[in-house]
Amino acid sequence: MNQQEYKQLQIAACKVRMGTIVGVYNAKSGHPGGSLSAADLFTYLYFKEMNINPARPQDPDRDRFVLSKGHCCPGLYAALALRGYFPEEELIKLRHIGAMLQGHPNMQDTPGVDMSTGSLGQGISAACGMAYAAKLDKKDYRVYALLGDGEIEEGQVWEAAMFAAHQKLDNLCAIVDSNGLQIDGPVSEVAGLQAIDEKFRAFGFEVIEIDGHDFNQIEEAFAKARSVKGKPCVIIAKTIKGKGVSFMENQVSWHGVAPNEEQYKAAMQELQAALTSLQGE
Amino acid sequence: MGLIMAEMVKKATRESFGEAVTELAATDDRIVVLDADLAAATKTGIFKKAYPERFIDCGIAECNMIGVAAGLAACGKVPFAASFAMFSAGRAFEQVRNSVGYPHLNVKIVGSHAGISVGEDGASHQCLEDIALMRTIPGMVVLNPSDHYEMRAAVRAAAAYEGPVYLRLGRLAVESVNNNDDYTFELGKGITLRDGNDITVVATGLMVGEAIKAVDALREQGISARLINIHTIKPLDKELICKAAQETGRIVTVEEHNVIGGLGEAVCAAVSEECPVPVVRMGVYDVFGHSGPALDLLKEFGLTAGNIAQTVKDALHK
Repeated sequence: MNQQEYKQLQIAACKVRMGTIVGVYNAKSGHPGGSLSAADLFTYLYFKEMNINPARPQDPDRDRFVLSKGHCCPGLYAALALRGYFPEEELIKLRHIGAMLQGHPNMQDTPGVDMSTGSLGQGISAACGMAYAAKLDKKDYRVYALLGDGEIEEGQVWEAAMFAAHQKLDNLCAIVDSNGLQIDGPVSEVAGLQAIDEKFRAFGFEVIEIDGHDFNQIEEAFAKARSVKGKPCVIIAKTIKGKGVSFMENQVSWHGVAPNEEQYKAAMQELQAALTSLQGE
Repeated sequence: MGLIMAEMVKKATRESFGEAVTELAATDDRIVVLDADLAAATKTGIFKKAYPERFIDCGIAECNMIGVAAGLAACGKVPFAASFAMFSAGRAFEQVRNSVGYPHLNVKIVGSHAGISVGEDGASHQCLEDIALMRTIPGMVVLNPSDHYEMRAAVRAAAAYEGPVYLRLGRLAVESVNNNDDYTFELGKGITLRDGNDITVVATGLMVGEAIKAVDALREQGISARLINIHTIKPLDKELICKAAQETGRIVTVEEHNVIGGLGEAVCAAVSEECPVPVVRMGVYDVFGHSGPALDLLKEFGLTAGNIAQTVKDALHK
């Protein structure tokens, strides 16, 4: 992609990160770390990759996105708001009584949310069902599912992986946000599910490994995924948990806590500076 | 009138289910069927043979099967996801709750081989908790048909209803009890099979046949027992049950399920809140089953016409 397009994506991603911080701060709870690590992926999917129309969120022919790591919905919500699915003012009501933005995504409450998720390991199965439905109906929509690298410790993920490969769901693209950290510590220390690539390859997936913050690599990965026929694809995106807010980066402690007022101001200041810099370039 | 009476049929409700869903698929192309390596037992194999392209064998992975069904429903399909009740309602409970119930997706959860009448396979496979588990999920309809004819009607009603449904199937062949021409099935409506004024028996599923024998035997002994067949445990027909409570003053419930969380407790809740009368619950009293021939097990656990009649008599003198 050209430099201008790259920069526009960076600007959008910066806004998604700001929306994430705004949401979690106002909710006084939520999951900033994994939302920030996936912010560039959310941005690319909703602003470049997917065939979607915010004015028609129920279009039967649209591409689907399932946030299997549902707790990272502050990032998804920020991307959906920025893309025009609902007003950005909704973000400050995240997790409040009566809000359309639940603590974990609910398809019945929020325009643009294609599947209710939050209980880890389940979203990928629903994504398989959606991909299967497309095959049955001979439709060419694609289904994307974003998983966490901690989430894939759930056995159901591997039931789904077996299913997707067996059914040759080449319209399914799984993405693992591999930020290396989960609540109890580094993924490598908690449960030791290493060699994610080899495991998916053994299950019959096409495996693509990228830097999940580099839009050129993200673009190439999704393009390659679309070209793969006869088997599902997984993009293992190496990311930095908390990316974009320096004091949150690579810190396990920022998995599931909200910033206090001082931290909120510091985070927003840093992101605003990054945004100003991008817009001024 | 020239009406041809529906024939008495002795058939397991799992088989009636397999036939009915296959017939329905001819006119409803939204219907797909999923199984978890038990197609021969749950009788989804009948569907598989007729519509191989709409049959999805998920392998021995029930949790994924429920999620796949949820995704299919989110894209407009009407999936029937079948396994033994122990696994579709039990093992995959949380998937049913979060991926189907919470988003209120149009998935039909099918639980075959429910109850102790599974027989020889023993306690690990004798699901006595499925009704309790499924009842607690908001918006879930819970169906427990009593025979061949009721199962056929229930499958059609489940497909026509927009939302999650749990459908309980039995392994054991049972004689039909609804082979009368005026039989009608309406979701959420109980059926009064026998009128009576002394006491009411409320039965569900395979226990309906036994309850009919019990009530008819009691009538010969001068006891006028009303009999209500509850095929829809949720939403429960409270109106019919409260009317019976008020008119007969006592209730005995009969189910092939743990007395905790099943029909009996649902009736107790309705009655105690709206029209209090004594209720005696018949069922499995909070123990696991064990291996043995189905009919011997039903006898051992007191789920026979003879024991229902005796329990009714005891309840009248309490």
